[in-house]
Amino acid sequence: MSSPDVPPSLFVVGASHQTTPIELREQLALTPEKLAQLHDAASRLAGLRELAVVNTCNRVEFYGVATDAAAVAALEQEFCRLSGFDPATFATIRRMADGSDVIRHLVAVASGLESQMLGENEIFGQVKSAYEGAQQRRSVGPVLNRVFQKAFQGAKHVRTQTAITVGQVSVANVAVELAGTIFGDLSETRVLLLGAGDIGEKTAKAFQSRGAGSLTVASRTLARALELATEFGAVALPFEQVSQRLHEYDILVCSTAAPHAVITHAAVAAALRRRPSHPLFFIDLALPRDVEPEVATLENAFVYNLDDLARIAERNRAAREAEVARARTLVGERAEAIWRQVAPQAGGRLEAR
Amino acid sequence: MDPSTDRFWFWLAGACYFAGLVLGTAAVLRRRPHSRGLMNVIVVVGYVLHTYALYLRGVEVRGCPIGNPFEIFQFTAWSATSLYLVVGTTFRISLLGYFTSMLSAALTLLSLAMPAWDATHRVNIFGGNAWIEFHAALALFSYGVFGLLSLTSILFLLRHFSLKNKQLDGTFAFLPSIVDLDQIGYRLLITGVALLATSLLVGASWWVRNPGAVNPFKIAVTVSIWLAYATALGLRLRGRVQGKRLAKVCIALFAAALLSLSVITPRRPATGPASVPSSQP
Repeated sequence: MSSPDVPPSLFVVGASHQTTPIELREQLALTPEKLAQLHDAASRLAGLRELAVVNTCNRVEFYGVATDAAAVAALEQEFCRLSGFDPATFATIRRMADGSDVIRHLVAVASGLESQMLGENEIFGQVKSAYEGAQQRRSVGPVLNRVFQKAFQGAKHVRTQTAITVGQVSVANVAVELAGTIFGDLSETRVLLLGAGDIGEKTAKAFQSRGAGSLTVASRTLARALELATEFGAVALPFEQVSQRLHEYDILVCSTAAPHAVITHAAVAAALRRRPSHPLFFIDLALPRDVEPEVATLENAFVYNLDDLARIAERNRAAREAEVARARTLVGERAEAIWRQVAPQAGGRLEAR
Repeated sequence: MDPSTDRFWFWLAGACYFAGLVLGTAAVLRRRPHSRGLMNVIVVVGYVLHTYALYLRGVEVRGCPIGNPFEIFQFTAWSATSLYLVVGTTFRISLLGYFTSMLSAALTLLSLAMPAWDATHRVNIFGGNAWIEFHAALALFSYGVFGLLSLTSILFLLRHFSLKNKQLDGTFAFLPSIVDLDQIGYRLLITGVALLATSLLVGASWWVRNPGAVNPFKIAVTVSIWLAYATALGLRLRGRVQGKRLAKVCIALFAAALLSLSVITPRRPATGPASVPSSQP
C-alpha cells in the first residue's frame, strides 16, 4: 500500500542495446499483439496510473507513473511472461530510473543520443509512435502527456542546436548524400547498379528509398541481374552493354567481383562527350576497384571508392561524437525545466518506498 | 548624417548588406550554417532601404540614377540584390545570400567611400528620352545579372573543388549541388544576354537616328561585352564550354564588365543638360 501523502512516481524501466547483447535483444522486442496484451494487463495493475511503451529493435522501455514500487515489479513480471523472457536474466539487463532522470533519459533517447548509431533520425519517430499508441489506448494521463510532449520539443531543440544529426554515418547513406551534393533532387537521376555485391545492393536500396528516378541492374551473369532487378522492381541490362550505354545513367554503383577494372577511362570520356553538362557519379564499392583511377581526372566525373565513403562516414561520426557533451548539457537543462512542471504531480521516489 | 539626403539611406542599405556579410562570415568561421531567415530579412531590409535611396536620387536627377560612377555601382548592387530575391528564394541557395551581401556591400560601401565618384549629379541626363533611359537602366540591370552569375560561378568552382578533393564538411556542406549551380548559372547567362541584347537594340534604334550623339568607343565596348557573353552562351549551348571553364569565363567577363563601366557611364556633351555639384555629404 502506498502512503496517501507520497505523490506518485514517474519511472522508466527497460533494457536496450547498451546493456543487452544482440542474442537477448532478439527476444526483447514485443510483437504488436503482445504489446496490446501487455497494455491490457497493465491496465489492471493496481498502483500503475499511466504507461507508454517504447518498443524498437534496440530497446524496450516502459515509461509510467506509479504509486507503488510493487506495480512496477508486477509490470516487469507481466512483460517477462508475455515475451517468454527469463525474469532473472531480465533483472541483470534492465535499467531503472525515476524522477528527473526519467525525463533526462527520454529526451536523450528521442534526440538519438542513446541510439546505437549516434544521432540517427528514426528513433524520434519511434518514440512519437509509442506515445501516439499509448494515447490511443488511453494509457497516458496528465503526467506522461506533458512529459512526452515537452520531451519532443526538447529533443528537437537538441537536434537542431547541436551537430549530432549532421552528416550520414553509414556507407550507403553517405553515397546517397553525396549524390545529393552533385545532382540536388534525386527524383530524376538514373542509377545503374553494377554487380551484385551486398554493399552495392544496400546502396541501391538507399537510393530507391530516397526517391531516385530509376534503377537498372547489370551483372556479369544476366540471370543474376534479372533476379536482382525483379527484387528491386528495376530493369536489367546485359553487362556487355554497360560501356556503350554509360551516358544514359547519372549514378553508377559498382560492386562487381571482377578481378580488374570494368569501367575504363576511355568509356567514361566517351560517355561524358555525349552528355557534356551532366556529371557522372561513380560509387566504387568493389575490391579490387571497378573504376579505373584515371576516370577521376575527367572534369565531370566524380569517383568515390569504399575508402572515401568510409572516411566520410567516420568523419561524420567523429563530428557527432564531438557534440555529445554539449547535447547532454542541453538535455539536462531541458529535463530540469520539464521536471519542475511535473514534479508536483509525480515527484515521489519509488526507491524510497 | 541627414536623413533627408539619399546618401543617408545608401549608407543604411550598405550597413544592412555589411551585416549580412558579417553574419555569413561568422557562420563560415564557426563552420555552421547561418540562419537563412535572418539573412533574408537583412537582405530584404537592405534592398528596401536601397530602393528608397535610389528613388530619392532618381527624383533629384529626374531620371534613372545612373549618371555617375557612384550611381552606377549603386544601381548594379541593387540589380544583383533584386535578382537574388528571385533566384535565391526559388533555389534555396544558402550561401548565395551571403555572397550577394558581400557583392552588394562591396559595391555600395566602396562607392560611398569615394566622394569623387559622386561629386556631380547630372540632372536629366537622358534629356527626357524614356527609351534611352530604359536602354541604360536595362544595360545596368543586365550587369547586376552578370554580377550574380559571377557569384554563382564562384560557388560552382568551390563545389567542384570540394567534390573532386572529397572535402565535403565544414563550409562546403552548405554549398548547393553542382547540377543546381550549373542550371542557375545557365539561366542567369541567358537572362543577362537577353537583357543586354534588348538594351542594345533599344539604344541602337536611337543611335541610328543620331549617330553623332554616342561615343563609338562606348558602343564598341558595350557590344564587345555583349558579344563575349553571347559567345560564352553559344559555346555552352553547343557543349563546347561548360563546367569549370564556363565558370571561370563568367568571372573574368564580369571583371571586364565592371572595368568597362568607366567607359560606358552616360556622358552628355556640352550640349546636354547641366550637371550640378553634389550638395550632399
